[in-house]
Amino acid sequence: MTTRGSTSILEPAAALTDSSGAAPAGESAPPTLPESPLVVIEPGRSAGLGALRDLWHYRELLYFLVWRDLKVRYKQTALGVAWVVMQPLLTTLVFSVFLGLLVRVPSDGVPYPLFVFAAMLPWTFFSGAVATSGNSLVGSSHLITKVYFPRVIIPMAAVGGRLMDFLVSFAVLALMMAFYGVAPTWNLLMLPPLVLLVTLLALGVGMWASASNVRYRDVAAILPVLVQLWMFASPVVYPLSVVPEGWRALYSLNPLVGVLAGFRSAVLGHAFDWGALAFSAAVTAAILAFAAFTFRRTEKHFADLV
Amino acid sequence: MKPIVRAEGLSKQYTLGASASHDTLRDSLMSAIRSPLRGRPAGRTLWALRDVSFEVAPGEVVGIVGRNGAGKSTLLKVLSRITEPTSGRVELYGRVGSLLEVGTGFHPELTGRENMFLNGAILGMRRREIEAKFDEIVAFAEVEQFIDTPVKRYSSGMYMRLAFAVAAHLEPEVLIVDEVLAVGDASFQRKCLGKMGSVAREGRTVLFVSHNMTAMQGLCDRVIWLSDGRVKDDGGAGEVVSKYLKTSFSAMAERVWEDPATAPGDETVRLHSARVRPVDGAPSDPITVSTPFVMEFEYWNLKPEMVLNLSLVLVNEEGTVLFNTGPINEPVWHGRPFPPGLFRSACRVPGGLMNDGAVRVRLYVIKDQSVVLFAHEDVLAFDVREGVEQRKHWYSKWIGAVRPNLEWRTELLEGGAGAAPAR
Repeated sequence: MTTRGSTSILEPAAALTDSSGAAPAGESAPPTLPESPLVVIEPGRSAGLGALRDLWHYRELLYFLVWRDLKVRYKQTALGVAWVVMQPLLTTLVFSVFLGLLVRVPSDGVPYPLFVFAAMLPWTFFSGAVATSGNSLVGSSHLITKVYFPRVIIPMAAVGGRLMDFLVSFAVLALMMAFYGVAPTWNLLMLPPLVLLVTLLALGVGMWASASNVRYRDVAAILPVLVQLWMFASPVVYPLSVVPEGWRALYSLNPLVGVLAGFRSAVLGHAFDWGALAFSAAVTAAILAFAAFTFRRTEKHFADLV
Repeated sequence: MKPIVRAEGLSKQYTLGASASHDTLRDSLMSAIRSPLRGRPAGRTLWALRDVSFEVAPGEVVGIVGRNGAGKSTLLKVLSRITEPTSGRVELYGRVGSLLEVGTGFHPELTGRENMFLNGAILGMRRREIEAKFDEIVAFAEVEQFIDTPVKRYSSGMYMRLAFAVAAHLEPEVLIVDEVLAVGDASFQRKCLGKMGSVAREGRTVLFVSHNMTAMQGLCDRVIWLSDGRVKDDGGAGEVVSKYLKTSFSAMAERVWEDPATAPGDETVRLHSARVRPVDGAPSDPITVSTPFVMEFEYWNLKPEMVLNLSLVLVNEEGTVLFNTGPINEPVWHGRPFPPGLFRSACRVPGGLMNDGAVRVRLYVIKDQSVVLFAHEDVLAFDVREGVEQRKHWYSKWIGAVRPNLEWRTELLEGGAGAAPAR
């Protein structure tokens, strides 16, 4: 091993830390190196399975980013976590007054507020998650240009933060069910898979939007408009039954149709439309795969573009 | 010995100009529409790295030197997997931790404790690792009392200390460090350098960038010198650093305009030459903080009876004006009318005045003490370098626009016998 050209300048500094048990100069054995490289950096190289291993290694970062998001988001608001339930409640109230009372939109024989709230919860989660994750990469440029970690953690953490809100707000749903005297049924067991499905869908759209936003900042401008449109193209504030029969097939291409109807069935104890659910799951899988592909293809340029 | 890091033919190209970043869909559409007519939009490209190859053996401490823009940071970013090379290949045989900035991801609203965990996770540390080293990190940062206070209430010194402390406890096999030693006060810096030294002595591999040649020579076995994105030299730390320091960086230490018709100026005065050089040297010789140097300007005065003055404004890298100087004490020509002819005015700057860094010179040619005939931005540009001997226990950049060597005196006013300093 090379002897270090240690100057007198360094001695006092070295003395400070030597007490912490540092090995004396030049005596430690070099580490044994693996036969093949742990990491190869090459243009256009896709890490393949290594990417998943990386993601697993950084799972705690995902946890901390979600935790930071929640902590910071509610630290400075007067009502704190109450906002989580206020938002869908207020929106539901608005729609109940205008669409339920004034326009008298049908609600399949269920009290309109409960009818809307059962779909408003997943919708609030979905739209919030898409909006936050869509802007997440651009908003994290300080991390992306300074540290390596699997970039997909950033949109994932954004979705994760909203997911926590979503789960908390189920408490309000329970209260509302009790208020309207809707008895829980075994259908509620479908909630976890439905939550998973809407989470994956939000992640797929969010990943795609966040990656595109790095390249085209226009995405940030158009995204809220599209999300707004998407709400009215989904059975959130009206039942599926108001959609004309002839348009039903086209309408059902929207993967949220099956998901939101599923949420309603789970909460209200109606029969599930399994075909629609299966179709939603398939579309979600396709969107997720496409988003993952787009993301992987563009993520190596994030640091140069963001 | 088998290397732990092997880089082969690394190149990295950046596209500059409008199309480099913040693309809008409109730009892309527009260029797609125009492309059949005009071809590809002419984005300027820059090769930040060109065919860089090297190997690092396990346990080696390698410094990377080079002036700003030489590709040092790009190289670290490629090795840290932040950005992808345009061509070439890197093989890493150990876990890499990189520290390109301290406090990445720190959130002002979170407490010191919370930020420690968050920042640790961002740097790739496990929660258990941080828990195990928690007390050590807090003690190192000297922030025990404030660990549950939001960091927005920290002083900048405390903030930096905590940030560095987390990073310093990162234990990868290969540590990549950008210029991050310049934090905190002198004693904390010594501690940071000591930590770096002990990391190196533990047999870990370190790659680090610094402008601090003293630290470089003290810590590194080997130094790689990058210039314009290429490896200019690679060898023993002392040897490469001294070669690096001897080469002048002066982009514009000397300029000559032969033809008065095209030289900068106007119909009254034209510049003939401008140069900066050490008092006893040539314009290619290096200038350090202790070197007295001369800025000389030769110019043609084309009109009779001109009362001329030059005024120089020296500006540093941050754009701060260091000082403005004019020939008010010039003994022969000051205030007198200049006949037509070629003149030379020289300004001598004593050693022990400038701080280290890049300096740009703006020249004003003034008539009758107040009328600016013309100004020449960046008439000269040069670097004032650190003298290797100057720094003793202070490793980071001295703050301040200038670093004057002032006279200091300390006297013992009262005290016991034998209190005189030992010589």
